[in-house]
Parts: sequence; structure tokens; C-alpha cells
Amino acid sequence: MAETRLIRKDALTKLFEKTRQSGRRILAPKAKGEQAFFEEVTSFGEVCLDHVQTRSSAKEAVFPKCEALLRYKFGDKGAVSYDEKPFEPPVTVVFGTRPCDARSLAALRAVFNWDTPDKFYLEREARTTIISVSCTKADSDCFCTSVGGGPGDTAGSDILLTPVSDKEYLAEILTEKGQAIVALAPELFATAGGAQKEPHLAKVAVQFDVNELAKTIPVTFNDEKVWQEQSLACLGCGTCAYVCPTCACFDIQDEANRQGGVRLRCWDSCGFSLFTLHTSGHNPRHVQSQRWRQRVMHKFSYYLERQGMLGCVGCGRCSRACPVDMNLVEHLKELALHGRNG
Amino acid sequence: MEELKNKVRELLKAGTVQAVIGYRAGSDEKTARVAFVRQPDEADGLILDPRCTDNLAVYLLKPEVKLLGKLAIVARPTTARTILQLASENQLADGQVIVLGVSADGKAVVELASFEALEKFVGQVPAGLTEEEKVLLAKIEGMSREERWAFWQSEFARCIKCYACRAACPMCYCSRCIVESNQPQWIPVSPHDEGNLEWHLVRAMHLAGRCLNCGFCAKACPMGIPLNLLTQRLAEEAKAAFGAVAGGSATGEYALSMFKADDKEGFIR
Repeated sequence: MAETRLIRKDALTKLFEKTRQSGRRILAPKAKGEQAFFEEVTSFGEVCLDHVQTRSSAKEAVFPKCEALLRYKFGDKGAVSYDEKPFEPPVTVVFGTRPCDARSLAALRAVFNWDTPDKFYLEREARTTIISVSCTKADSDCFCTSVGGGPGDTAGSDILLTPVSDKEYLAEILTEKGQAIVALAPELFATAGGAQKEPHLAKVAVQFDVNELAKTIPVTFNDEKVWQEQSLACLGCGTCAYVCPTCACFDIQDEANRQGGVRLRCWDSCGFSLFTLHTSGHNPRHVQSQRWRQRVMHKFSYYLERQGMLGCVGCGRCSRACPVDMNLVEHLKELALHGRNG
Repeated sequence: MEELKNKVRELLKAGTVQAVIGYRAGSDEKTARVAFVRQPDEADGLILDPRCTDNLAVYLLKPEVKLLGKLAIVARPTTARTILQLASENQLADGQVIVLGVSADGKAVVELASFEALEKFVGQVPAGLTEEEKVLLAKIEGMSREERWAFWQSEFARCIKCYACRAACPMCYCSRCIVESNQPQWIPVSPHDEGNLEWHLVRAMHLAGRCLNCGFCAKACPMGIPLNLLTQRLAEEAKAAFGAVAGGSATGEYALSMFKADDKEGFIR
């Protein structure tokens, strides 16, 4: 399937125009203060690719922070009518994702297509094309290579662009969705010749053995002291989960009045005490250390068991965004060590 | 710095406290993070420099931290004011915490074991907005009402309701926040425009005149929303209307929860 082409950087303006003309909305990193966020853009000029990583992930495109699942009206004598409009999310191109973000789609899909296929997620994903840009730089929080990814990894992307000179990107066209984008302006894509992406990619050192980790952290499960120490600084906010490209937990909320209402799905986080609070008042994860343990175990143990893949792509967002500097890699290394020492 | 480390070692060795909340080096050279020092030799890892800005008072009421035993805390003037404000709201008792007060220049460390000593300590450091903060506030004040509305709408649009602002705020200590109450549901839970606007209004109003302007909320916000501007503005408002400044005294009255027969407003009588 994969074809390789060259596209000039200055041709992206034209590609954006053609993409927009085709009726697709484009989400891409936009700079705001010191950070970049995925937002809708109308031209390539608004895009900022200078950041190692955006603050928010691209999951918003397929799993919005808040979306309406159902609208209903109350009629006479307890009658309820539903809004039967078909679900038609916007046809979207996400441009400028890093390979780690593209890779995260598989982890999201595994959850949303697990037992009951989630039509909202699946329909959004079906209408989304991912044009990623390889990483030519990384920072100390990046650890994609420790969890099976890499700065030029093609998994999950429909097109992967790698800057191979000041003026050109090597374009790997990986899927039919990617080909459909090329077909909008085939004249912009030249033959690749002998250009190679590897020399241009960032170097990201492997920091831990993830297979060993998967074996060792369950051994630590009952070692309360370890989890307590690691999470003593945790404030119990939801930042790590909300910036995480693979965190898929959500909360369902009804907002209604006497006439009718809407059922909304919003992001949620296992870091909140309310997340597991039962109606009876009992909370099976009543302290922060249990909630921190759940987060780590879910991503590096349960995900492997249940979905056959990791629930982490090594983007490092949680470490960068944590208000109290809880560094995930540091904690994982420590856990691996505890497990090894029994 | 040695002075601080020695003091921490002394307190732990003597068993006066079981843990000291301070700062240690973080993930990179620009970051400091909290340290919970429990052994005298762990004091070696403490740092005290311009990186150390987080308001550590947020940990004083965290259940897991309270379990460590009697606490001492490294406190810059803002943290010290926070402790007094918490005391005035009956969240801390006199003598419950030993404060290791750090002078404004970050050099001297003084042990403050009582609220009276703490009041004297903060009394020497002027509180209020910095020149930089005043300029930023004036910029927003200078906007027309429509511009200001548009400004806040675009800022709040990024809010993801992770509640890092609430978690980082030492004055947000309710065990159950109003946004988590659903019978009735006062505030929409969802992070849509209405839900975000109501959350930020409620947060700001609950902190009106109680905010110590430590800036931890804005620093914690992963989406870069300058929400401390709201509480700064309300602190100015509370000062103008009631002469109230947060964090000056352990017995201060909170103007917005106080009724007085001689109130200047007629509607309340």
C-alpha cells in the first residue's frame, strides 16, 4: 500500500486549500502562549509545527471532551420522543500529529470497539484522516521508543510527512484515506527519488524494558508503601488523563428540563475520588495511591492482558502537564526496580 | 540553605515533627517539586531557589499527608499568608503546623511555631499585586464589555474541566465541591461553553477576597487559562468594599460570610 513521494513545504498551503474545498475540516497545532493546541485552522499559515508536542492530544477529533449522544423531548402522559437525526460528524483531517498520537488511535479503538461497538467513536474515526509529521526533535519527557513507537513510526497515520530538507517533506502515503488526500492535488506530490527519512529523525533513547515492566509491576500491586510514596504529591486532578491521547474514560451526564434534554458524554479521570464512589458511600479506591496504581496498572498491565497492546504511546504529555511534576518514566523505572527486587 | 537543612534535621531528630514539606529538584533544571522529608538525612535533598514557587500549603489538608504525623512546612510569605487564611477559616489549629518562614529574598529561615509569630512574619512583607500583574489587569479593565466577554469566552473554551485549578488551590478544600453535587445540580458538569463559564464564575466567586494570589491555579492549568486574573480582580474588589485583605491574620473575619447590624448596605438588614 505504502507509496513514497516528495512534497514541497510551500505546497502545503495549496494542499490545505484543496482539502478545505473538498469539505473537510482541518485540525492542526496552533500556538498559544508557550504551548500549542489542536484547533480548527483555515489555512496552513495558522499551523505551528515548532513544538516537540502539543499540550492537548488529537483525541478530541475522535473522542471530543463533550459530545451529545442523544436528544429527547417529553410529551404528554410520560411520552418521550427521541431526536432520530443520523449521526454525521464532520469529515476531518488532523494535520501535524506526531507519530505517537497517530499510534494512540489503536488504543482508543480497542476500547471503543471492545464489547459493544461505539458508533460515535467509530463513525468519527472513519471520517478522520491523520496526516502526521515525524519528529526531528524530542525532549526529556519523550519515551515513544520505550513503548514500541518511534519518531518516524507510521502506525496509525494515513500520511506521514518527514522533513528531509528545508524545503521538502518525504510523504509516505499509507492508506486509502491518505491516497484520497493525494488525489485532491496529485500535482503537488513528486516522485521521491532516493530520499531517506531515518537520518532526519530525532534520537529517542529507550528508557526501560516494557516487557519486563509488564511482568514486574503486578508483583508490586499489594505493596501499598510504593504506591503511597509515589502518589503523595498527587493532587488528584484530571490533567494527566485529559491530556493523554489514549485515556478513554468518560462520564455520562443528562442535562434536562421539563421539556426535554440532552445526554452528554464527557471525559472523566480515574484520578478523581468521585470516579469510583458508589451510591452507598463506599469507595473501592478511597485513597489517591489506589487511584494512581489504577492508572499505571491499566496502561501497562491490564491493557496488555485485555487488548494485547499497551495503553501508553510515550508522548510524555502527562509528565509535562502535571502541576506537581510527577514524572511517569521516573515512576515506571522505580516500579520495575521494586518488582525485580520482589 | 544550610540553615534550612539544619533546622529540618533538628526538628526531625528531636521528634518535634514527623515530616517536613519542602522543595526538592524536579524533572529538569527549571523545575522544583514537593519533598516530604521524614528522615534527618533526607534534608540534604532540599532546595530553596526561584524555582520553588508552588504553594505547598495545599498539602496541609490532604488526608494522606496529614497521616504522616505532625508537620512542618517551608513557607515563602505567600504560603505563610495561606496558612493564616486557612486558620481564620478554622482549617488549621494554632500549633498544628510549624512554619519555616523564608524571607522575601529567600535567604533567611525562621521557625514560626504559633499563629502570632506567623502574623508578625507576614506583617513585614507587603501583600498585593506586583507591577506586572497590575499592568495585565489594567489591560483587561481597559477592554470594552464586549471585548472582555469575547476574551474570557475564548479562554474558557479551552477548559477541559480537569479541575487542576481546584486541586492546586489551597483554599479549595471542600471535601465535596459544589460542581459534584447533583441533587440539585447547580453547575453543569460538562465542559461545554455554559458549563465552563459557570465553573469559572463559581470558582472565582468562592475565592473572592480569600485568594492569596499564589498563582498556583494558573500554573497548574494545562490549557494556559489565566484564571488567576479573576481572583486578583475580586481581591481588589473585596479590599475596596470591605478593607479586607486575605491572609493577614488567623482570626480575620471573612467579609462575604459575615453579617453585621451596622452594615452600610440597606438590603441586608
